[in-house]
Amino acid sequence: MRINNESAEPIFQQIANGVEDAILSGAFPEEEQIPSTTEISVTYKINPATALKGITLLADGGILYKKRGIGMFVAEGARRKIELKRREAFFQNYILALVGEAKNLRLSEEDIKKMIESGFRDEH
Amino acid sequence: MSIELKGVNKSYGETRALRDVTLTFGDNKIIGLLGRNGAGKTTMLKVISGLIFTDGGEVTVDGERAVENDKALGKMYLMSEETYYPGGMKIRDVFKWSKRFYPDFDEGYAARLAAEFGLNQKKNVRSLSTGYLSIFKLIVALSVNTPYLFLDEPVLGLDANHRELFYRLLLEKYAEKPSTIVISTHLIEEIAALIEHVVIIKNGEILRDEPREDLLREGYTVAGAAALVDAYSENRRKIGEDSLGGLKTVYLLGPPDDVPAGLEVSGLDLQKLFIRLTNS
Repeated sequence: MRINNESAEPIFQQIANGVEDAILSGAFPEEEQIPSTTEISVTYKINPATALKGITLLADGGILYKKRGIGMFVAEGARRKIELKRREAFFQNYILALVGEAKNLRLSEEDIKKMIESGFRDEH
Repeated sequence: MSIELKGVNKSYGETRALRDVTLTFGDNKIIGLLGRNGAGKTTMLKVISGLIFTDGGEVTVDGERAVENDKALGKMYLMSEETYYPGGMKIRDVFKWSKRFYPDFDEGYAARLAAEFGLNQKKNVRSLSTGYLSIFKLIVALSVNTPYLFLDEPVLGLDANHRELFYRLLLEKYAEKPSTIVISTHLIEEIAALIEHVVIIKNGEILRDEPREDLLREGYTVAGAAALVDAYSENRRKIGEDSLGGLKTVYLLGPPDDVPAGLEVSGLDLQKLFIRLTNS
């Protein structure tokens, strides 16, 4: 997780995204406790109210839940939930940006398809 | 529980250092007090701490007038650029002495911090380098445990490692024992994420007094071909611009709505926003 003070994205949103990334990667497994807002605040040198706001956002979305007197835990099914949410945003965030840049560079749909195929081949 | 300034004025000869300042510090928040050189930050902090008198208006601490009121003044601590300790005094004696004025001063904690920063407690105050003088004063500030803490340029002369250590200790302390902390600094970038609330002072007047997030949401930049940028920024609240050949970037306040295709929108960080708001 990295905090970028210059980003247009508010810091609490960056915290929420960072925790989601950690859940997706398996660093924060389901039904396990995540670091406290104090730990997040001290580690990233951010105001604890900001850290809390990021965590609350995920709790409101059912990604995290609170165990009274202990702390915040990753909810069962959180990973799946994040995947579905991010898939919806994938078209908006990645595909449209990709098509826009492709048009700037006068790359054809066919060119792009080939690149995507080769990208998948390299990865797997 | 708060410190309130009501219509505070202060002049030095012809110079009006504070103009009708009305402001509240409280709610156990970490507040950034930002202003350019000579804007009135230090004057404000000295007025609050009773080091100088106002020409008018009043300062109250939890409802009580602060002027010559030891009980009210005992609830706050100001770490300032000036050193008020006798130069010949040893560090560990200052720690002992602080306990007499601030009953909640934690000597054990101060000693632990001294060890962590590598500050030799047997040294005299006057023998400290600029950096270690700041460190020494920071240790006192972190150990006094007053409900209100004012830090005027707290990291002056500190290297990056020690600044990082200080920010960590401050947040640990704050998590353990919340208090109202006001930080006045030129290093805006470093404290941007640390603070919850921002007060911007310009020529002795309060320009902004709002949550950091609200202020940041307000500013944005639009960049692209100059003609397109000019057309967009017309009739909007422009606070600055940069040009590079046919390219232009404008700094705007207000929601970034109806931005035409071909223009790039991005946020403004606190430092950039501060510079634009306090220029000229």
